[in-house]
Amino acid sequence: MRRVLLVGNPNVGKSVVFDRLTGVYVVASNYPGTTVEFTRGRMRLGAEQAEVIDVPGTYSLEPTCAAEEVAVRMLDGIAVDDVVVNVVDSTNLERSLNLTLQLLARRRPMVVALNLWDETKHTGIEIDVPKLEAALGLSCAPLVAVTGMGVKDLVERIGLARPSMVSFDQARRWEEIGRIVGEVQRVTHRHHTFLERFRDASIRPFPGLFIAAGVLLAAFEIVRLIGEGLIGYVLGPLFEGLWAPVMMRLSGLLGGSGFFHQLLIGDLVDGGISFAESMGLLTTGLYVPLAAVLPYVFAFYLVLSFIEDTGYLPRLAVLLDGVMHRVGLHGMGAIPILLGLGCNVPGALATRIMETRRERFIAMTLIAIATPCMAKTSMIVGLAGRFGAAGLAPIFIALFLAWLVIGKLLAWLVKGESPEILVDIPPYRFPHVRALAKKLWMRMAGFFREAVPWVLAGVLLVNVLYFSGVMRLMGRLASPVVRGVLSLPDEAAGALVVGFLRKDVAVGMLAPLGLGLRQTVVGCVVLSMYFPCVATFAVMLREPGARDMLKASVVMVGSALAGGGPSELGDVCRGT
Amino acid sequence: MTRTVSLVEMDEGQAGTVRELAGGLAFVRRIEAMGLRPGIALVKTSGSAMWGPVTVRAGNIQLALGHGMASRVLLDVEIGEKGQRHA
Repeated sequence: MRRVLLVGNPNVGKSVVFDRLTGVYVVASNYPGTTVEFTRGRMRLGAEQAEVIDVPGTYSLEPTCAAEEVAVRMLDGIAVDDVVVNVVDSTNLERSLNLTLQLLARRRPMVVALNLWDETKHTGIEIDVPKLEAALGLSCAPLVAVTGMGVKDLVERIGLARPSMVSFDQARRWEEIGRIVGEVQRVTHRHHTFLERFRDASIRPFPGLFIAAGVLLAAFEIVRLIGEGLIGYVLGPLFEGLWAPVMMRLSGLLGGSGFFHQLLIGDLVDGGISFAESMGLLTTGLYVPLAAVLPYVFAFYLVLSFIEDTGYLPRLAVLLDGVMHRVGLHGMGAIPILLGLGCNVPGALATRIMETRRERFIAMTLIAIATPCMAKTSMIVGLAGRFGAAGLAPIFIALFLAWLVIGKLLAWLVKGESPEILVDIPPYRFPHVRALAKKLWMRMAGFFREAVPWVLAGVLLVNVLYFSGVMRLMGRLASPVVRGVLSLPDEAAGALVVGFLRKDVAVGMLAPLGLGLRQTVVGCVVLSMYFPCVATFAVMLREPGARDMLKASVVMVGSALAGGGPSELGDVCRGT
Repeated sequence: MTRTVSLVEMDEGQAGTVRELAGGLAFVRRIEAMGLRPGIALVKTSGSAMWGPVTVRAGNIQLALGHGMASRVLLDVEIGEKGQRHA
């Protein structure tokens, strides 16, 4: 099958072009490096099918980092009739042509897609397309991938693509580029817009850090409002008003007790269903992922995806560079960790944007130990929220301190170099509704795949352990640690076991134990830190490998006991 | 009159023209491919407080470079300009 390779600089919209050509959606964001591994899809090319490959962004075919090496290797394997679609940022023609000139020297059928064409107008750039085509010896198609403008034309040109016959002196490439740009591009001066002034202000430590604090506070407030709103007005009433009566009838049919009643409905609390505490597959098993966790996950990804697509994150990365260096990472390390606040799995996967193994290991360990995912956070808010700030503040402060201390330790212990930040900062863009909706949909689908089955498995495990009496045995065996070190009731051992599968179910299991303030704080902190959930564990096992996973586990268990054991946390509680 | 300084030594808001990328081949290639090379005019948009990164704008390109890399980008700046800014 013929192949169509999408090649271009980072963050020029290759993934959006891929989406347009294939109908297969891949996550695109407004920062460089979103596609580190390549993605494949299919498109129609005349009468035949062709394979479309979204190659990771690269500035040059003389690779300078891991993602670029992947791109170059893929181009080395290219067949004679494969087509290269060089996606170009029309507002940065000069930089883009560096790659174009290297690509066309390979003499393969090739088309240039002049993406972000709409932005040339308000940046005062005029490109003479026929002149550019003559200079390069290639067909060039203006394109606005996010709206779909020019896509049909591009597809036609891909079908007709031919290699360039023009030769350039590759040793004096920048001079050749300068000559072409001088011939085909005219830049007219224009006044600075408000967005441009904001763009410069938001990257300076002052007022940038204040803007960052404002953006993050507003983001969390909006997440809270949407999450609470969905639970209070939509999903809560739905479960209490519609689902609870159905479950009560089922409970009656099952005779109110017995194995199946326990498994499906769970314990009745005061003669009724308690979705938080009953622990049946159809009650708590559905309520936790769908009503307690989903609203917050949805709200989080909605807000994060919006911020991502505006192009704010690389600026945040620059502002946080100093802090991130203390934990052995540079500013871009803040992005996977931010993603990890939604779900640790995509967060751990996003560590691929880091260059070295050392950085990826540190970032992944920090995500797994001290970056509470939204599922965990929403359950913690539900459990400790009844104590107000006195319950919540110590938990999140403890996690943040653990993050800093463990990060500092890892930076000191893990050998290897710590590269500096070098990143292209994209202009601010207004997020495109269609792209935003698709990204949100992809991420929610990911949540359903990663979370819901494990929540049900967790609830099932709870029931099996209780019914077989294993739970009581474990409680007694683990008592020296659980009661002795952590000062929690023996029954909390069950939560620690279930926490291997899902943290939200585990936190939920603490609810019926009637814990005091101090025990609640210790329980939540230990459950957060002692081990990642099974889905994150699988990613960590696959990505850095078993040896690194083992190292990370030692750090986790040790820090969980150290953080939850001593009564310092209790003192923090009494202090607030 | 012009003077040669590194990106780190430039003032925020100051303009200059890249004179030399003082580093190894990999460093030079990488920085050149991202848009900075001798002859390019740029403005320093922020930077270098507490060993933090420096950001620059050159045309439509804005880049953030770590402190160490920024210290290896040498530029020609007008001497008067720096004085004027402080006057």
